[in-house]
Amino acid sequence: MKEYLLGNVAIARGILEAGTGVVTGYPGTPASEIVEALAPFASKYGIHVEWSVNEKVALEVAIGASWTGARAVSVMKHVGLNVAADPFMTLAYTGVTGGLVVCVADDPFCHSSQNEQDSRRYAQFAGIPCLDPADPQEARDMVIYAFELSEELELPVLLRPTTRVSHASSDVVVGQIKGRSTNPEFIKDPARWVMLPAHARPRHTVLLEKQDAIRATLVDVPWNRLVLRGDIGVIASGISGLYAEEAIKQLEADISILRIGTFPPPDGLCSELLEHVTKVMVIEELEPVLEEYVERLARKHNPDLEILGKRTGHIPRVGELDTLLVRNAIAGMTAMPLLDVRSVKEADEILPPRPPALCPGCSHRATYYAMKKAFGKDAVFPSDIGCYTLAVRMGTIDTCLCMGASITLASGIRFAGEERDICCSIGDSTFLHTGLPGLLNAAYNNARITVTVLDNSTTAMTGHQPHPGTGFTVTGDRTKAVSAETVAKALGADFVVTVDPYDLNATIETFKRAKVYQGLSVVVAKQTCSIIARKSGIMRRPFTVNKENCTGCRKCVEFGCPAIEFDEAHARINALCTGCGVCAQICTNNAIEVIE
Amino acid sequence: MRTSVCDIVLAGVGGQGVILLSNIIGKAALKAGYSVRGAETHGMAQRGGSVMNHIRLGCEYGPLVPAGGADVLLALEPAEALRYAHYLSTDGIALVNVYPVHPTTVTTGQFTYPPLEEILTPLQRICNKLKTIDATKLAVNAGNPQAMNVVMLGALSEHIPLREEELIEALSESVPAKFLEVNRRAFEFGKREV
Ligand code: SF4
Ligand code: SF4
Repeated sequence: MKEYLLGNVAIARGILEAGTGVVTGYPGTPASEIVEALAPFASKYGIHVEWSVNEKVALEVAIGASWTGARAVSVMKHVGLNVAADPFMTLAYTGVTGGLVVCVADDPFCHSSQNEQDSRRYAQFAGIPCLDPADPQEARDMVIYAFELSEELELPVLLRPTTRVSHASSDVVVGQIKGRSTNPEFIKDPARWVMLPAHARPRHTVLLEKQDAIRATLVDVPWNRLVLRGDIGVIASGISGLYAEEAIKQLEADISILRIGTFPPPDGLCSELLEHVTKVMVIEELEPVLEEYVERLARKHNPDLEILGKRTGHIPRVGELDTLLVRNAIAGMTAMPLLDVRSVKEADEILPPRPPALCPGCSHRATYYAMKKAFGKDAVFPSDIGCYTLAVRMGTIDTCLCMGASITLASGIRFAGEERDICCSIGDSTFLHTGLPGLLNAAYNNARITVTVLDNSTTAMTGHQPHPGTGFTVTGDRTKAVSAETVAKALGADFVVTVDPYDLNATIETFKRAKVYQGLSVVVAKQTCSIIARKSGIMRRPFTVNKENCTGCRKCVEFGCPAIEFDEAHARINALCTGCGVCAQICTNNAIEVIE
Repeated sequence: MRTSVCDIVLAGVGGQGVILLSNIIGKAALKAGYSVRGAETHGMAQRGGSVMNHIRLGCEYGPLVPAGGADVLLALEPAEALRYAHYLSTDGIALVNVYPVHPTTVTTGQFTYPPLEEILTPLQRICNKLKTIDATKLAVNAGNPQAMNVVMLGALSEHIPLREEELIEALSESVPAKFLEVNRRAFEFGKREV
């Protein structure tokens, strides 16, 4: 049966077909849809699906499940694997019982990320196999195979789609969904599961000895395929292989091609190609993982081989590839004419930029407005990762490093001796993800900073997933709701005040009190995300500008709500207004009124 | 040598319903027996940013339409049409909704939004055919301004190798039943425009 599926949904489908028992993950673009697509099937197929608190937690929950013999998968974006790196590295020593797939989506070009690290390196680092799908079909097929491979080798397997696989859609052949197969039972085996030094040392040897088995097992997989033609060759991994095939077809060139879908790559096929050609181009996104491998292999199989790739500057190491770029790289190698990249000069000259922006009525905008009023523009404003980072133009985002780093950076800036006021901000989901240890550390070590929890009851940026503060699980079931205020107090903050950012004056006053507090102060700015509010039927009356009172001072316009425009002499509020009422509190001329 | 039957680039503003359009086209193409490859913008840019989706009918390769290779550029917003105009092939067709959506860089006065002619003139120059559509108004006439994307789908239907029945069937599978009538009207209005 064929279905039109998003890459991530195809992966979810594979997970379902493989009879997986436990699915964990933390939302992150471009991986979020995988867990979301599985949630509706949880009860029907008896699968435990969860949004975990963070990726380390997610992976450990999945590991526990695997050690009972159940199949388990943990899903995250590439930087999430940094958070989960601690269990990930030692997991390679302990190995698994039930198939365990770590699905990590990379984001070449940083479409929605703070870096473009290459997860294939992590697999290499840990010494486990990595599958690199080229498209949604391969992603679905590979995830099913990954479980089998994992069980055969007793190792976790890393499945590494990229944005252009996870967020590609295509016709995908799907199969039967089989039920969960095992009767889970945790079997005690201290030498495997208790990584005391005395146990870890032999497990390290076991892992090293498995490397040959990994290579031997991956020999026959369908995703490594060689077509021998002329004596110039291309070797490409994952989606780059599709770009290369299309380029060769467009050029109608007599070029041999080896497409790679596994790491470690297949020695046999690779040496066959290397011995057949005099010149080869290695095409892959991000790190030269395949290229370094080819260089090593060529020393043995074809020392005179000319190898083109990242090292020679033919393939970029940053950003993502596409067919045109790959086509021109191949054309250049074979002395065929290059295609110009079309450009339309007016597009650069006259178009206003359109960066993403906070929604109309977004409470973060109000919170930051109040923060700046109270702290002044000279204070230091470390921030974090979420929709609110889009408020960078408001002047209240001075840092964004990684999840949870706002409170800790603020503490370090203070401990170094910075004397200005410091007010950091962190979203509710991020606070619960990795903000908590930072807050505990700030309390423990007496950091004199203000921490703002931007609590809008959702993980907004990644598509509005629930988290432990919302009272709902991924499957929509009710659960305990953890309050940011209670947690902050429990972690040792003395000054903790919750405020509604739509009440601008109250928020400014609260920030002023926090600012002069001689210790750690926490402000919880609590107001539902506009999109969640709209979806749950919360309607507020929209506002309008009374032209008679409007002096054209632009104060409301500078607030930056997309619902406020300016025509000639007056502000105007368009149909996007959600009725938050904040601009009416900013206007000093009483010109903004609710539409009764 | 051509590597796809028809390459389409969809451009617009986050929230205008570009992803829904890709889904409808993709599902319709599947009904027509084509292999389909699409690339979608999810995540950050959807917060009112500039978004672009690609969809390739009868294609077995990567999901990205090469720059200079699109047979059709369907733009739900005029500035976004120009922003992605370099994807058009010289034989390509541009279908453009002329109703502008001002980005915050304009509403806050940092940038100005160019007059429509200045956007359309270069578009006219670089492709084979430019067709402008007041899709937002037509959607209002059809009964819901949100159906603007479906007006544009109607316009597109005349320029891609998919049958109307396939598109309508995919449309009905993709929108809630209570909006189907408005959407069918919107489709019809768009189709009549081109
Ligand atoms: S999705 Fe919610 S949190 Fe994000 S910008 Fe919009 S209103 Fe703000
Ligand atoms: S009330 Fe003002 S600030 Fe709030 S959404 Fe409407 S226009 Fe924007």
